[in-house]
Amino acid sequence: MQNINITLNGKVTAVASEITILEAARQQGIDLPTLCHHPDQRVKANCRICVVEVEGIKNLVPSCSTRVTAGMNITTNSPRVRETVRTILELIFADHPQECLTCIRNGNCELRQIAAKFGVRDIQGEKRKHSFSQDFSTPSLVRNPDKCIKCGRCAEACHYIQNVGILYSHNRSTEISISPEYGKQLADVACVLCGQCALVCPVGAIHERDDTDRVWEALADPQKHVVVQVAPAVRVSLAEEFGFPSGEIATGKLISALRSLGFDRVFDTDFSADLTIMEEGHELLDRIANGGVLPMITSCSPGWIKYMEHYYPELIPHLSTCKSPQQMFGALAKTYYAQTSGLEAKDIIVVSVMPCTAKKFEAERPEMNASGSQDVDIVLTTRELGRMLQHEGIDFRMLPEAEFDSPLGISTGAAAIFGATGGVMEAALRTVYEVVTGKTLTDLNFTAVRGMAGVKKASVDLAGTEVKAGIAHGLANAKKILEMIKAGQADYTFIEVMCCPGGCIGGGGQPYGTTNEIRARRIQALYQVDENMPLRKSHENPAVQELYQDFLLEPLGELSHRLLHTQYCSRS
Amino acid sequence: MNKMLDDDQIFNISPGRHVDLDHHCQNGGYSALAKALAQGPETSLKEISDAGLRGRGGAAFPTAEKIKMLRANTEKLRYIICNADEGEPGTFKDRFIMTHIPFQLLEGITIAAFMAGASEGYIYVRHEYPEAQKILRESIEEAERRGFLGENILGSGFSLSLKLFSGAGSYLCGEETALISSIEGKKGRPRLKPPYPTQAGLWQKPTLINNVETLANIPKIIEKSASWYRSFGTPDSPGTKLISLSGDVQNRGLFEVPFGITFAEIISEYGGGAKTGKAIKAVNIGGASGVLIPPEMLFTPLEYLACSKTGITIGSGAIFVLDDTRSILSNVQNRLRFFLHESCGKCTPCREGLRQANLILDRLLAGEAVRQDVSTLERYTRAIQEASFCGLGQAAGNSLRSSLAYYRDEYLASCRDNKPSFIEEETA
Repeated sequence: MQNINITLNGKVTAVASEITILEAARQQGIDLPTLCHHPDQRVKANCRICVVEVEGIKNLVPSCSTRVTAGMNITTNSPRVRETVRTILELIFADHPQECLTCIRNGNCELRQIAAKFGVRDIQGEKRKHSFSQDFSTPSLVRNPDKCIKCGRCAEACHYIQNVGILYSHNRSTEISISPEYGKQLADVACVLCGQCALVCPVGAIHERDDTDRVWEALADPQKHVVVQVAPAVRVSLAEEFGFPSGEIATGKLISALRSLGFDRVFDTDFSADLTIMEEGHELLDRIANGGVLPMITSCSPGWIKYMEHYYPELIPHLSTCKSPQQMFGALAKTYYAQTSGLEAKDIIVVSVMPCTAKKFEAERPEMNASGSQDVDIVLTTRELGRMLQHEGIDFRMLPEAEFDSPLGISTGAAAIFGATGGVMEAALRTVYEVVTGKTLTDLNFTAVRGMAGVKKASVDLAGTEVKAGIAHGLANAKKILEMIKAGQADYTFIEVMCCPGGCIGGGGQPYGTTNEIRARRIQALYQVDENMPLRKSHENPAVQELYQDFLLEPLGELSHRLLHTQYCSRS
Repeated sequence: MNKMLDDDQIFNISPGRHVDLDHHCQNGGYSALAKALAQGPETSLKEISDAGLRGRGGAAFPTAEKIKMLRANTEKLRYIICNADEGEPGTFKDRFIMTHIPFQLLEGITIAAFMAGASEGYIYVRHEYPEAQKILRESIEEAERRGFLGENILGSGFSLSLKLFSGAGSYLCGEETALISSIEGKKGRPRLKPPYPTQAGLWQKPTLINNVETLANIPKIIEKSASWYRSFGTPDSPGTKLISLSGDVQNRGLFEVPFGITFAEIISEYGGGAKTGKAIKAVNIGGASGVLIPPEMLFTPLEYLACSKTGITIGSGAIFVLDDTRSILSNVQNRLRFFLHESCGKCTPCREGLRQANLILDRLLAGEAVRQDVSTLERYTRAIQEASFCGLGQAAGNSLRSSLAYYRDEYLASCRDNKPSFIEEETA
């Protein structure tokens, strides 16, 4: 790529010839405002607030969609640019409820931040009078179309990143809206509730259902024994909610924070992730040995499961029957843990902290009550936990490092990497290899399954039997693998699919501002967690071994089947 | 140079007369196609280039330059699209060409396709023109039967498959990239440029898009030479222009005028002047997306350079005359409401700016606005023009801008705080 000279605000500077004005400006330390722009999405150029002046061009040009050319003379700070940007912001606000004080995005709304930066003080436009109805139809997501600024980022994520495509822009002119088909509710369409739309929404138009009040209520109830489990991906993202750089490992502080909130026990989903490896690994070996349906596909990711149920029900036999670690934990908390701690299941409230919005839906699936009542009672996203801690005035920086409670808090490095794309596969391979070959792995790092490539492949020799592994993250990539299976071209034994790009660390419930760059940093942190763990193989987890000894007896046994496995249904 | 046109003209305009294929051929029709096929695309293109033909849809881009961009493209499959989505209120020139001289248009499309190396094409006709659609369908079939279209045209080895495509009824589909999306079966919303249609247009293939009037000029240029063509108009703007004249004039209708003629001349010579006993208050030039100018500016010649210097947009060539009984504000609001209805809603300035501008005009017309509303309206208009996604959004602000420039007093007079303060006190 060659360099060219441009003039930016009067200063001649050399930039790469292939970039846009926006990129050039940001490289030079000038952060132009954007709303519809997202670094991981296609350029849309709808919102028009990134416009700049280019000498020789009559109108202002959007910097996000205009490439630099040699000799281009760009001004980003003229009165003309400033007036236009402010006016456009004013026009957006005039079509907006302006309920900033009570909005769920208060404090992290991109529109509000930009308006503050640009000194929008007065809105001359007339406020829109009619109001749309809100969509509370799902346990996971809430849509508030009144707050939508029609930037299209949600639809872009839904169509191009997830390839689900249930969010569209409808109508034209001021009647334009972004919603499911014919203005239907999310529950009435084939939405997988992954929340990638909510993650990229710059305002409060679509967000997670807020369950924090239910948790406050449970914590305040002296009759209830409230336990909490934390997903692997949360420990490397929660700190971002408190201004720490992305990829900060905050496991110890997270545990302290949860104790401060008043949870009776702070447990770890990593424990049941190790358990998942035991069950899923043995299920795979059983399928290989007994001619079961192959390739077998992982079932940890509830958005992914819902996608299969809607779009590929004919391939459901390929799915592992294992419940997700969240649901395995819930079932054990209200049986095994209740039994060992002398509590009654009805007095235990299981709260999860998940990077995921689909987990809320998963917890409410009617079949998830192996313990006799709902296995997991309340699911919080990383963002919701962040809000609870802010609410409680907990200074995250000052928190001491603490350890999880046992036994459901003991885990291995293999479980930690569940949060990253390829992690389940790597964890499974570590266990399956040793179980099958009887040998000890010298190098635990299956690096071929790591990284942000959309579809990854690896091959492992298990005592003469080759296991071909496939990994996909993001449903658009998963769809490619499913189509290969349908066409009989999928030469895989075992496939890991994570609904969200990057895996759980990129989940729809993670902190706002998540980009692929940030995903990569969180993934790096998870591998660091793995490296730091004394145990890095699921079958070596002593708490899991004890669980089998005292309670489950064996993987794929009768009790395992009842508590830890499930079935899926066609939703097409 | 400003000669009035008589018999010798580019468009054979006689209302009520449909020129059928035989009649077209008797008048020298399809001799241009034969000539173009015989002399080859380069020679023909040079003729168009020498003639200085510019796009008649509104943007006035040099036609030969556009065709050259296609020729420079290495992609073999290329498309030609005739933009017949004429949708501006007060513009009816393309409909006339389609219904009265369809074969002159088809011949123009065929020659343009030959020059551009396009083998497939569409005429995109707006849904509201069923008669034009019917005539064009029949004319395409007839031209195919007679060997002027389809496979191996006139035995030259050149083939063009031409189809008619009916728009579903959106003004915005006249914008070339929105039009392409519409043919592809997608929403009729504009795409980012670049890539331009000449690089990646319909189905991502190089595509030549021209307005009906532009294409209908081509056969006459090829038949009678660039120098004949340049005998009309001015060196800057050669040829003639079809003018849809309407509003408060004696004679309304479609007129072919040479470039260089002044707007005052068009209104008096062709339009017969204002209605009896009335004075002209303002004239809207260039259709709904055009400007409103006061009578003293009517001495500007119809010429691209002269008009661009004075801020007049020739656009599609519609002229609408307003006499002194008309309200500038309600006229502007009419046009504004048209654009508000037709905006695709994709970008903020067009969608929200037009909505707010309409609300301010509501208040002005109801006597409820204050003077500050007028300056807000000016500011919103600047944002609409400066920052809209596509040319149509940018042009939607033209009548607002020009009326605010030339008729600001009328806006201010409508404001309730316009009275001297002592009167306010008395009434209070």
